Amino acid sequence: MPITAEFEYVKPRGMEEALHVFSLYKEKARALAGGTDLLVHLKEGLASPEVVVDLKGIDELGGLSFSGGALRIGALTTFAALIESAAVKKNFPVLWEAALTVASTGVRNRATVAGNICSAVPSADSAPALALYEAEVLVAGLKGGRRIPIGEWFTGPKRTARAPEELVTAVELKVPGKKHGGCYMKLSRYEGEDLAQGGIAALVLPDNTYRVAACALGPVPGRCPRTEAALNGGKLSPKVLEKAREALLAEIAPISDIRSSREYRLHMAQVMLERSLQNAVSRLFGKGPKYGTANIC
Amino acid sequence: MKNHNITFKLNGEAVSLSVAPNDVLLDVLRGRLGIKSPKVGCDRGDCGTCTVLLNGRTVRSCLALAVEADGAEIVTLEGANTTREWTRKLQARFHSKNAFQCGFCAPGVILSATELLEKNAKPSSHDIKEAIAGNLCRCTGYEPIVEAISETAKGK
Repeated sequence: MPITAEFEYVKPRGMEEALHVFSLYKEKARALAGGTDLLVHLKEGLASPEVVVDLKGIDELGGLSFSGGALRIGALTTFAALIESAAVKKNFPVLWEAALTVASTGVRNRATVAGNICSAVPSADSAPALALYEAEVLVAGLKGGRRIPIGEWFTGPKRTARAPEELVTAVELKVPGKKHGGCYMKLSRYEGEDLAQGGIAALVLPDNTYRVAACALGPVPGRCPRTEAALNGGKLSPKVLEKAREALLAEIAPISDIRSSREYRLHMAQVMLERSLQNAVSRLFGKGPKYGTANIC
Repeated sequence: MKNHNITFKLNGEAVSLSVAPNDVLLDVLRGRLGIKSPKVGCDRGDCGTCTVLLNGRTVRSCLALAVEADGAEIVTLEGANTTREWTRKLQARFHSKNAFQCGFCAPGVILSATELLEKNAKPSSHDIKEAIAGNLCRCTGYEPIVEAISETAKGK
């Protein structure tokens, strides 16, 4: 299917040039990295930019590096690169596990983490894990850069805190402690390529503090503070889990859509919460299912 | 719209042409370069029939602008079957097992399987299913496809 929208294509060689284009065109400029969302939007008439800015010529947007307990995911880093990184698998296993659930190999070879959070759909698979690891989104503008905590990044379905003249340069996260266990559990209709009907990510530290985040269970993905409060300080007893399930139901707001009903999502959110927590605790002690094998479908 | 002159390597040969910013790579490969193995299926990245190797990795050619291919190396099934050992073996196995029916998904499946076997010559059944999860087949139910890939890896 041809793209009927007409636009210019530019491929800047440096940030300065790219930022000038964005400051000039603002909403009329669209960034192109992997293009796996943008091309669909162009074909379906959901995007009609005046200029498409291919970022793949800008070296400083590349790179995936880990040092001093901090991971820097350059804006051009694909999900495939994340999956192939031993440092990500070892230090951020929940992000690694989530990356494996994104679409399929042929899409992950192109699609970027930065693109995933810029598209900002409620079902973004990378978002719960990034929330657990308290990621920060680095954006640049002609007037300077800023760091936006992931909790403030998603402002609505397909909306973010990025200003139209800004560009995401990287996502940074820090290891949560010496040791942690975690799990991203994705509910999909079948194993393989599907968007999440719902997703829960859980992380536990040796002092019995818990982090829980969700996607596709409300307008924006993110942390579930009430659920965490119900869990913190205790072991996963049936009583604590009961409280956590109630807290979760009070802070998620799933909708009914083509992939499932609100009622089904509410029910399965509780199942996913319990299972992801149990996996997280088992993994903290080196047991439980291997990372990358914990989905429900 | 301003056209762009691009040059890339297609199945080992340099190709130069002028493309519009909104030309899709798949359409240029099929419509202008006569490369017919990548198919137009869903045309939105879901089905994998348009799979090509871009700089050695499988990608959806329906989700790439042609202009993005400037400077890249593209290999389609037409080229892979003479230059890539696994592709040739996979094709022979699929043929002898009659593992496809209509064959529409075959180029994509074979390229995805090639990418898998080049990285992992001893894939588990789960590895194989994961590698072709993005290639939809509406005929076979996948069983002969998974078997053919597994048998190719084992050299049976």
